Amino acid sequence: MTVDELQQLALKEQEAKQRYRCRINVCVATSCIMCGSERVKEAIEEAVKARGLEKEVLVQGVGCLGLCSAGPMIYVEPDGIIYHKVTPEDAPAIVQGLVSTPVERLICPPDLPFFKRQVKIVMENSGTIDPERIEDYIAVGGYQALIKALTEMSPSEVIEEVTKSGLRGRGGAGYPTGLKWSTVAKANGARKFVICNADEGDPGAYMDRTILESDPHRVLEGMAIAAYAVGAQQGFIYVRAEYPLAIKRLRTAIRQAERLNLLGNNILGTTFSFSVELRIGAGAFVCGEETALMASIEGKRGTPRPRPPYPAEYGLWGYPTLINNVETFANIPPIIRNGGEWFAKIGTERSKGTKVFALAGRVVNTGLIEVPMGITLREIVFDIGGGIPEGKRFKAVQTGGPSGGCIPEQFLDLPIDYESLTKVGSIMGSGGMIVMDETSCMVDVAKFFVEFCMSESCGKCVPCRVGTAHLYELLRRITAGEGTMRDLELLEELCDLVKSASLCGLGQTAPNPVLSTLRYFRHEYEAHILDKTCPAGVCAIRRAEEVPA
Amino acid sequence: MPAAAATLERPRVTPPSDDKRWRIVEATMRRHGYQPHALIETLHTVQETFGYIDEDAMRFVAQALRVPLSQVYGVVTFYHFFTLKPQGEHICVVCLGTACYIKGAPQILEAIERTYGIKPGETTKDGKLSLLAARCLGACGLAPVAVFDGQVVGKLTPEDALKQIRRWEEDDGR
Repeated sequence: MTVDELQQLALKEQEAKQRYRCRINVCVATSCIMCGSERVKEAIEEAVKARGLEKEVLVQGVGCLGLCSAGPMIYVEPDGIIYHKVTPEDAPAIVQGLVSTPVERLICPPDLPFFKRQVKIVMENSGTIDPERIEDYIAVGGYQALIKALTEMSPSEVIEEVTKSGLRGRGGAGYPTGLKWSTVAKANGARKFVICNADEGDPGAYMDRTILESDPHRVLEGMAIAAYAVGAQQGFIYVRAEYPLAIKRLRTAIRQAERLNLLGNNILGTTFSFSVELRIGAGAFVCGEETALMASIEGKRGTPRPRPPYPAEYGLWGYPTLINNVETFANIPPIIRNGGEWFAKIGTERSKGTKVFALAGRVVNTGLIEVPMGITLREIVFDIGGGIPEGKRFKAVQTGGPSGGCIPEQFLDLPIDYESLTKVGSIMGSGGMIVMDETSCMVDVAKFFVEFCMSESCGKCVPCRVGTAHLYELLRRITAGEGTMRDLELLEELCDLVKSASLCGLGQTAPNPVLSTLRYFRHEYEAHILDKTCPAGVCAIRRAEEVPA
Repeated sequence: MPAAAATLERPRVTPPSDDKRWRIVEATMRRHGYQPHALIETLHTVQETFGYIDEDAMRFVAQALRVPLSQVYGVVTFYHFFTLKPQGEHICVVCLGTACYIKGAPQILEAIERTYGIKPGETTKDGKLSLLAARCLGACGLAPVAVFDGQVVGKLTPEDALKQIRRWEEDDGR
């Protein structure tokens, strides 16, 4: 396929879409499928057929619409109506609603802050295109960024654009993407690799999965642009085995892109060649760490190694390797299309663009949100999230998964960016955001994360392997009412040791949940130790000793 | 990728039995040119096809890919996804991700543990039920979540979970 043919395909697809009077978009991402959205889609297709509207109404499966707790979700274009909690029985009424008035009882208010406060860049196509059709992606301007890069820009110009955008790694640490790319581009190697890290292991985070399920071609396009910029010809996507639907859609997407020569040899008739292979993880959290991930791709146990040398110089099989997260790659096509300066206008001084968060826990609207950097936690929890259900009191937001921390109420007005979150003892992380109310015990939460790190520690270095086990034991004692004040000191001392002496990010960040809860919720620890009570009523000591405070 | 090992003239490694399913495993290895780095992909196929990975399977894969058996065993035991023992007839996976944890997953797990006397990773003596705990299924919007024989159920209560399992027992008893 040549560039001209691709442009023609885009036009043809756009016309085909416009022939329909309206489109009923049914969310077919994992969350909605669990609520039965596939049956809803079939029922609507039947209802459309029963009324003989097949030529006027297009029923299609689309990516995530965001409000996962109210699934299955449906988005009707061009009316812009969003239905939620739809059942197959509602199908005839919804189709009827296309000609008369919409079904009132299923409508999700369109002015809901949940939808209004979001800014969509990465998720721009979610909810409007069919993730299993490359033609849909091409029709909305997909692969135009790749064409632009290949035909109008030199590799160094691409890197310059990415640098100008100020994009930082969305995997959690926030390393400047442009800088990483230029390091790999400058590195000497007979071959180079590009890896997409889709081993999203943080419990409570599912942004990457949803991006892959909703718009897989965007990630492939981002990877191809990156490969062109750094001079790689081979790419790998490392996905968790726990995400079967994402894997299936990626396989489909790769096959489609190869068929249209958007991947493979001499892409679009240029001299650039790039192919992508999928690698399926096998359930090891530590494989999200880049050196462990590369070991796993090589077919080995996923244990990290000391850095430097960094993967940019010595990566997969010893060759220079670029590793970026799914969301980072997903940001690349719009940056190339609209220019780095456009992207740099969004966000804060040092954190540009938007961030996708998985909002979950004790909050009314749980789901996936994309917000500009610099938004406050209060806006996310109370405006977008709709506040805490059942009239309970907000206690903390946990960001960054097992590597992050708990942010208490006093920082609700903090504008979110990489630096501000680090300053209050948490991290941006990959984007999991768990809201907790008064029914959560912070010591128990710390114990939960330490238990996680303990069992996910790969065992290579002692501080992490033994340290997390002892941290867990100390927390277990405290939550069982057997702790002493000396244990608190020990806890702090041990946190410091594990943090500074561990080999990789898993161990270095494992104490964060403990440290942040100790910092802001020390009174809860003390209540467990001194009063032998669990203020939230979670830990078992409450039952053992019924002593009223 | 490293230079391809000489794959042309290697003696064919025969599968442990004439079970036709080994062909599926061989197909995976062939697709990757019998390269050692195809180990995890191959083990995925074994796990998918047979439900678990036993010693015969490990020996076969080790020989075919020319990887030390110790490395194969190391990989199988390192990753949570691979199991050395066959699973029960029915599998219940309870998600223990943060959102599920906050919303009551431990109580669900406890109810099943108490009723059936098994802990996560164990199978009942009659081989009917395996209980597993997942790190995070990424369905946090629907927390707490569990998977019953591949079917995901969200916003679960301990009672619902037990009801699901009881339904299996009733169906099988019939």
